[in-house]
Amino acid sequence: MSTIELRQVEKKFGDLHAVKPLDLTIQDGEFIVLLGPSGCGKTTTLRMISGLETVSGGTIWLNGRNVTWLHPSARDIAFVFQFYALYPHLTARQNIAFPLQAQGEARETIEKRVDEVVKLLRIEHVLKAHPGQLSGGDQQRVALARALVRRPAAFLMDEPLGALDADFRESMRSEIKRLHVLQHATTVYVTHDQIEAMAMGDRIVVMSAAEIQQIGSPSEVYNDPSNLFVARFIGSPGMNLVKGKYADGIVKMSGLDNNYAVPQAWKGALKKGLADGGEVIVGFRPEAAQINDRGNLVGKVYASEMQGSSAVLHLTINENEIIHIRTDRLIPFPLDTLVHFDINPQMARFFNPKTEAALKPEVTQ
Amino acid sequence: MTTFEEVGPRLPVVEPTRVDKVHPRAKWGKSIRVILTLIVTFIMLIPVVVMVLTAFKSRADIVTPPPKVFFHPTLEGFLYLFTDRSVFSPANLAEAQANPGDLNYWQKLALSTGQKINGPSDYVGRLKNSVIIAGTSTILSVILGLFAAYAFSRFKIAGKDDLLFFILSTRMLPGVVVTIPLFLLYRLLGWNDTHVGMIILYTVFNLSFSVWLLKGFIDEIPIEYEEAALVDGYTRLQAFFRIVLPQAVNGIAATTVFCLIFAWNEYAFALMLTSETARTAPPSIATMLGSGGLEWSAIAAGSLGFLIPVAIVTFALREYLLRGVTFGAVRK
Amino acid sequence: MSHVELDHISKQFPGVTALDDITFDVKDSEFFVLLGPTGAGKTTTLRVIAGLEHQDAGKILFDGETIDDLTPSDRDVALVFQQYSLYPTMSVFDNLAFPLRSPLRHTSKEEIKRKVEETAEKLRITHLLKRKTANLSGGEMQRVSIGRAIVRSPRVFLMDEPLSNLDAKLREALRIELQHLQKTQGSTTLFVTHDQIEALTMADRIAVLNEGRIIQVGTPEDIYDRPASTFVAQLVGSPRINLYPARQENGTVSIKDSDVHLIDAGGSKLPADFLVGIRPESVKPDPKGKFDGQVVLSEPLGVETILHIQSGKSTLLSLVPGIASYHIGDGVKFNIALEHIHYFGMNGNRLQA
Repeated sequence: MSTIELRQVEKKFGDLHAVKPLDLTIQDGEFIVLLGPSGCGKTTTLRMISGLETVSGGTIWLNGRNVTWLHPSARDIAFVFQFYALYPHLTARQNIAFPLQAQGEARETIEKRVDEVVKLLRIEHVLKAHPGQLSGGDQQRVALARALVRRPAAFLMDEPLGALDADFRESMRSEIKRLHVLQHATTVYVTHDQIEAMAMGDRIVVMSAAEIQQIGSPSEVYNDPSNLFVARFIGSPGMNLVKGKYADGIVKMSGLDNNYAVPQAWKGALKKGLADGGEVIVGFRPEAAQINDRGNLVGKVYASEMQGSSAVLHLTINENEIIHIRTDRLIPFPLDTLVHFDINPQMARFFNPKTEAALKPEVTQ
Repeated sequence: MTTFEEVGPRLPVVEPTRVDKVHPRAKWGKSIRVILTLIVTFIMLIPVVVMVLTAFKSRADIVTPPPKVFFHPTLEGFLYLFTDRSVFSPANLAEAQANPGDLNYWQKLALSTGQKINGPSDYVGRLKNSVIIAGTSTILSVILGLFAAYAFSRFKIAGKDDLLFFILSTRMLPGVVVTIPLFLLYRLLGWNDTHVGMIILYTVFNLSFSVWLLKGFIDEIPIEYEEAALVDGYTRLQAFFRIVLPQAVNGIAATTVFCLIFAWNEYAFALMLTSETARTAPPSIATMLGSGGLEWSAIAAGSLGFLIPVAIVTFALREYLLRGVTFGAVRK
Repeated sequence: MSHVELDHISKQFPGVTALDDITFDVKDSEFFVLLGPTGAGKTTTLRVIAGLEHQDAGKILFDGETIDDLTPSDRDVALVFQQYSLYPTMSVFDNLAFPLRSPLRHTSKEEIKRKVEETAEKLRITHLLKRKTANLSGGEMQRVSIGRAIVRSPRVFLMDEPLSNLDAKLREALRIELQHLQKTQGSTTLFVTHDQIEALTMADRIAVLNEGRIIQVGTPEDIYDRPASTFVAQLVGSPRINLYPARQENGTVSIKDSDVHLIDAGGSKLPADFLVGIRPESVKPDPKGKFDGQVVLSEPLGVETILHIQSGKSTLLSLVPGIASYHIGDGVKFNIALEHIHYFGMNGNRLQA
């Protein structure tokens, strides 16, 4: 059993509040991702769990034990760094065996475990080389092997794929996830790339400005973001968020003459949930918009991106706002043409501009 | 491996620090380390303290054992340092003591030790020589070193590694070993006891150090900055002045201080290759003679005066020095 | 703006051939991308065009004239680096003004001020002009770097992986802006990257490089739909293309060690042994599908999900819309769309079916 619990954990650096008091419970065998932009506090939180950083307040519990002030080596966790942190003067095999030797394990045990892990990660062919002679992908595999060989209670990974080429990142991503499926070890993974978080996480903890914004499964944070930050951050491109004024079932959007008829299910919630003046933000994902010559909404082409099997069209709807729509690759959209579209009523979301929180639809009887 | 108990400091920790560094027991370690550091610092400073005290002692206080910590301070040492005196004959002494007249403080002081002031000593002149020679040679070695270091860092030079090693090797020889050949060479050139001769000597000796040190600093400056400037329309020289120089300031400050310290304190060459005109302070201070042997209070006072210029320069540059001395070791 | 031609450029470094007979051209006002893995020679190509390195053989022409004898400053190009572009001791305004203040161009103070402010407008960094560059975020720094390149209105823009060091979200935002900027300015741009998404989304045309050689040149559609070799097919497209050894018999293509066989795939002209490439979007789970498999991994990305399907000894990647509800271990039936199948010889080169 390796559950991790953070109770009101916070971190201050002098006057800077790097991590505001947060509560988090990580289940045994879960792959949880701390996701957020640079400086949001995710790496500091990870380092506090590992003991490489002290806490300014709160407690950390590993398997029901209070480990807040325990030495990192006494916590039974393994840490994988972004820049591999392999010992340059040892061969790959010696690097992998190092943690076990440090713990004073018997020679046969070390050999056996190292061979197991090497087979799992398919790095038999690099064992005799020194880290400096290996490619980034191989180095990261060796770093992973070194972490795995100890069979710790939990793995902590700090943006391990950040230093790799884009195509390597994809294959290493599935490998790490595959490993997790096989070994089922509790893993806490930190990244700024929401694609990684969505692909790998059982649950995602979205962080920004030292606070947790939302905790949920990939489906939850994608389809029901709890505030503007999560809506914008998850998805590439993120959710379209357009300002407007709501009155009598219609949202009047600033800019080109766009009046959006709100779906029935939302009318009640909007009447109650908005402040005076009816300011509202309409949110819809790029795939929720359907291009249609008779569509009720319109925008002007700003740029178009071919992305392989599909394309993304970027439209301006007023001076400041650009929205993104998924389209078929084959249709050309020259700069500055007007494009009409509709929003799929089931995929529309609404937010309160002042609180930035998402509005919930009313439950119909 | 020791495991710490599951307790920690009472108050939250607000610097970046590892868990094991704030264990309650660790705090004792900190106090012990601080006390130890203070003790060692004090021991290191004893010679300086003794020197300062000696500068203000009278002859008698200096030589009587055991060494006095508490004594009646006097400015005798400074008197001996700055003036040339002659001893009164017993008859003249009685006469002078009978009619003090308008004697200023210093003359009175001299009278109390039975001496008459003849004029200023050559201490100030020696100090001036030190400033000129050490100062000029430092400036020269830093400037020449800077250009050479830049070339070594940026350009492809045939046999670069060999040249660099050769430059370093000039420092491997103890200076005294070459004093005799140098003496003969200088006499041949007529550079004996000249400012020019000493400046050239110190510059050459400091160049190896400054080239190596500055090359390390310039290597740290990413070459992309200059390449961007080249593409933007600047010549290499312009790029050097506008981009490399401002970023090398720390290194230049560190190198300047180290070169200055070497040239300022240099004793052996100064002793052998100068006599009157170009003699610097170190040889002259160490050999100040008084009526009973070495004039200790004058030597102490002279050393104090000698210390001050370098102390001022180092203090003025301390910010750059700190950044410069840890170059490369502390990453951004 | 300029038309750039590279004519049989080669460059050697001690022990390594960096560039091997590189020939391509960039049309006036085109956004041209050099795509390839680390070490392919992309940065070296850029530096040779800028004049920071000299090629061992071959010519470079701007608008039909050779520029090999010109110094970097005379070539009138602008270079944006991955990092270390901004002078740390100067403010943002001075950084932007630096290229204009070079003794080569005699620009008056008012002219400099006007151009800097214009450029800051375009990149939306007017509010940063007085700040020291050390106090900027990553995205702001890259904007200033791009601004410094723009402010001179050079003939050619050379960009060396300028977005690689930025957060994923910032990269997305800057990509769109860069593309829009280039289209409205009409500047000839040569952009280097290892990220295939950047290449596909921004380029008018792409040149794929590997180990110093050009493998293929074409529009993003050409590269994606008709990759010239397995290297290109695997480099471009996310998730990666499914590639398997296969054999054919009477027009039916069968993947080795697997149930999967494609009838009427038109494979009659193919040799006995070859490689078949199937893009993940062509693998479609379908309750009435012809083939059987088991889900071994599911990666929900939001707008689509990547399913790893095990069929026999091979694993196929499949792209399905939305967040799919398959669990690991589920059995799944699927079809393969025949319209976009790729065939490659055992040497890796594209074959016509």
